[in-house]
Amino acid sequence: MGSIWEYANPVKFIRTSEIILPWVSILATVTLVLGLVWGFFFTPDDYRQGSTVKIIYLHVPAAMMAINVWAMMLITSLVWLVRRHHVSALAAKAAAPVGIVMTVIALITGAIWGQPMWGTWWAWDPRLTSFLILFLFYLGYIALWEAIDNPDTAADLTSVLCIVGSVFAMLSRYAVNFWNQGLHQGASLSLDKEENVADVFSTPLYICIAGFILLFIALVFLRTRTEIHKRRTKALLARERLG
Amino acid sequence: MMPDLGKYADTVLSSYIVSIVLLVALVALSIRAARKARAELQKVEGRRNG
Repeated sequence: MGSIWEYANPVKFIRTSEIILPWVSILATVTLVLGLVWGFFFTPDDYRQGSTVKIIYLHVPAAMMAINVWAMMLITSLVWLVRRHHVSALAAKAAAPVGIVMTVIALITGAIWGQPMWGTWWAWDPRLTSFLILFLFYLGYIALWEAIDNPDTAADLTSVLCIVGSVFAMLSRYAVNFWNQGLHQGASLSLDKEENVADVFSTPLYICIAGFILLFIALVFLRTRTEIHKRRTKALLARERLG
Repeated sequence: MMPDLGKYADTVLSSYIVSIVLLVALVALSIRAARKARAELQKVEGRRNG
């Protein structure tokens, strides 16, 4: 088995992703449809939340992905800063739009759920606020990539931004534990059986989480390939201009 | 087939509709960008080789 650094070679990455991408895409579609259909149609209402409990199948996986996509971007950004592999910088760039969509889904579904359950769309609660800041970091990260022409400089600056934003990604996850206040409850999934959601809700929830992870993997493969193709085109056009 | 969502029907349905629209748009835009980038690269490579 070869080293993981082989995949830092754009040609090797394109070849490998060409084989993996269709399978991951099919698996992601099947898993997501199964999880969401199960959660929406075949789970009972909660005795306190009523049918709004069904929002958990979108809100929890999206919120988890919003944080974990940033964690993936942090790792690939560090790889870029230390080893200067272009594919890792492009993978971070490719992941950001997926992360921001996940953050928006988490914020919107949370607000829609919060209105009937908490009596408000929004509260300046530690978790909600850190999630909003995470959203702004995603926006800033994407804008910074677009604003700088030189791709290496853009990769350097966005990597630094990613490291700074990681504080808020961590806060989004642990804010409830750090500050024992605010409206947002603790984690829905826990190893503690008392705190974990009931089995009837957790099985489709685990399937939805798997679906969101697979969708993310498929999209990052696809979008990283796009970035590699765009970079290659730009390099060839620059060579053409030089004659 | 549709489950009885009771008084929270609007809440649940709007969450699903917004989320699914966002996910489908993300996938569609990603596929469109991938096709466009690939076609442009093929065009430039074709010009270079031909």
